[in-house]
Amino acid sequence: MNWLSDFVRPKVKKTAQKEIADDLWLKCPNCGKLLFTKELKKTWYVCPECDYHLRLYMDKRLKMLFDNGVYSEVALKLIPDDPLKFKDSKKYTDRLRTYRKTTNRNDAIVVARGNVGGVKCVIAALDFAFMGGSMGMAVGEGVVKASEIAVKNKIPLITVASSGGARMQEGILSLMQMARTASAVNNVKENGLPFISIMADPTTGGVSASFAMLGDIHIAEKGCLIGFAGPRVIEQTIREKLPEGFQRAEYLREHGMVDVVVHRSEMKNTLATILQILTDKRATTFETKGEKNKKSA
Amino acid sequence: MSDDTNVVLDFERKIVEIEDRIKTVTALAKDSDVNIDKELNRLQLKLERQIKLSYANLTPWQRVQIARHPKRPQCLDYVKALIDDFVPLCGDRVFADDPTMVGGIGRYHGISVVVIGQEKGVDLETRVKYNFGMAKPEGYRKAQRLMDLADKFNMPIICFVDTDGAYPGIESEARGQAEAIASSIQKCLTVSVPLISVIIGMGGSGGAIAIATANRILMMENAIYSVISPEGCASILWRSADKAKDAAEALKLTAQDLKHLEVIDEIINEPIGGAHRDTVAAIEKVDEAVYRHLQELLPLSREELKKQRNQKILEMGRRLETESVEG
Ligand SMILES: [Zn+2]
Repeated sequence: MNWLSDFVRPKVKKTAQKEIADDLWLKCPNCGKLLFTKELKKTWYVCPECDYHLRLYMDKRLKMLFDNGVYSEVALKLIPDDPLKFKDSKKYTDRLRTYRKTTNRNDAIVVARGNVGGVKCVIAALDFAFMGGSMGMAVGEGVVKASEIAVKNKIPLITVASSGGARMQEGILSLMQMARTASAVNNVKENGLPFISIMADPTTGGVSASFAMLGDIHIAEKGCLIGFAGPRVIEQTIREKLPEGFQRAEYLREHGMVDVVVHRSEMKNTLATILQILTDKRATTFETKGEKNKKSA
Repeated sequence: MSDDTNVVLDFERKIVEIEDRIKTVTALAKDSDVNIDKELNRLQLKLERQIKLSYANLTPWQRVQIARHPKRPQCLDYVKALIDDFVPLCGDRVFADDPTMVGGIGRYHGISVVVIGQEKGVDLETRVKYNFGMAKPEGYRKAQRLMDLADKFNMPIICFVDTDGAYPGIESEARGQAEAIASSIQKCLTVSVPLISVIIGMGGSGGAIAIATANRILMMENAIYSVISPEGCASILWRSADKAKDAAEALKLTAQDLKHLEVIDEIINEPIGGAHRDTVAAIEKVDEAVYRHLQELLPLSREELKKQRNQKILEMGRRLETESVEG
């Protein structure tokens, strides 16, 4: 198989992903300053005023992570919709239809292959824009598929979590995805392959309590929310205000749950370095101290 | 919390009325020579008929109520009745012991086993002690430690699952509840001994699946197993906790639903009128099922046991047939 021939520019319909970027201005949710979206694109949606990390859209995230922004999306098996025939104030099928239209995605996950820092790898990324990145059967299947690709091709697996948790509308079957994804990523690890878990805002509920917390290495984006229970649920349970910085990436690192907290501008380089160290354990030549490895430059 | 040892569920009211009548008649007869046998017989028949009637077509919400019934046998009741020489074990060797997560070694029908499960407590004092059945990270780490022990000494693991969910609090988050649950699920998948989980009451989301990722997942007739509580689901999707009944319907959380969805392997029938009406009979039925499944698993090799468990989990939901929605 010719790896390079697999690469195609991502097929994204230009009009598809509805973006805040379509507007000329955008208000920072943190400092309230009006920002040029043009400027925001340059900083991967980090507020130049207050350094707040806005949520990154799927295509941008993948472009940011893969070398030269080049990757190929893996076609995912279509999963039967609405196994429970779920209906609350709205039918689940109607909700799905709406999200499919606005995001031009079938569900809240994209699996893509490409190089990061010159290392071939597969990335499974969750899309918060699709029903809050919630994990149902389709998301679970995506993580399973990505894991299978990693094992079959002996390449590292990277997941990017940005999810509120399980998808309630799929009931018990969404809960089962916690076990399915745990089994899938465990298979990657048992095959001696790196599994790097990236946590973005937010990583909570059934996603944090399954594959996202099972990485060999955990990288979290600066300031992102990570936890099991949502802050509101905790406040209701204990009836007190939560401390400052509670459940933020830095808090998780302090408490031993996350290895590295990085600014978004450093995410790609950090991931690349980690992948290179774990997969290429012996540089071809010993370098004298201080000499930079030019290989991946 | 009020005294709830006499909890009467709405749909049980007629049953209780007849039971009260029987008590009154019996008491009256004590003080007189009147022969009440005929009347008692009639009332007994009426009672049986009423119980059958009330329990014939339970709604999901009614099952939620039965699953939460305070008189339902709990983890420690099963341990007491089924496990000989039980030695409770404590601690996660990292931070603390979580009493909610009951664990220990003992003999089940003569076979050395590890038993793990959540205990909810039976009165105010024990409920506080067991944190209302909601385990903390140290509980899930204790479970993992005990599963390792089982793996090392090649002992089957039996889990009794009964929790509203893992405890959501500041200290839970500080000590990594998410990681503890994720690792507990992973531990369930990596041990190479028979692992049988029985949902005996409440299968509450992540807190339940952490010890219910098993070779055989059994569920009692009136137990429930769900990704979220009906109240929680209702307040998020209906924006009103009063819609819990509707949420219970929509979530498909009964044993019958889960069998249909092929998430569980077997429904364990309860005595007529629910496990809370006849604890001894309920435990016997669980015993029969667990023993039978254990006999089936014991001949499998360690490798096969692990493989079977992972395959079963990975295949879950893959065979469901449902309509597809256009994008
Ligand atoms: Zn700002």
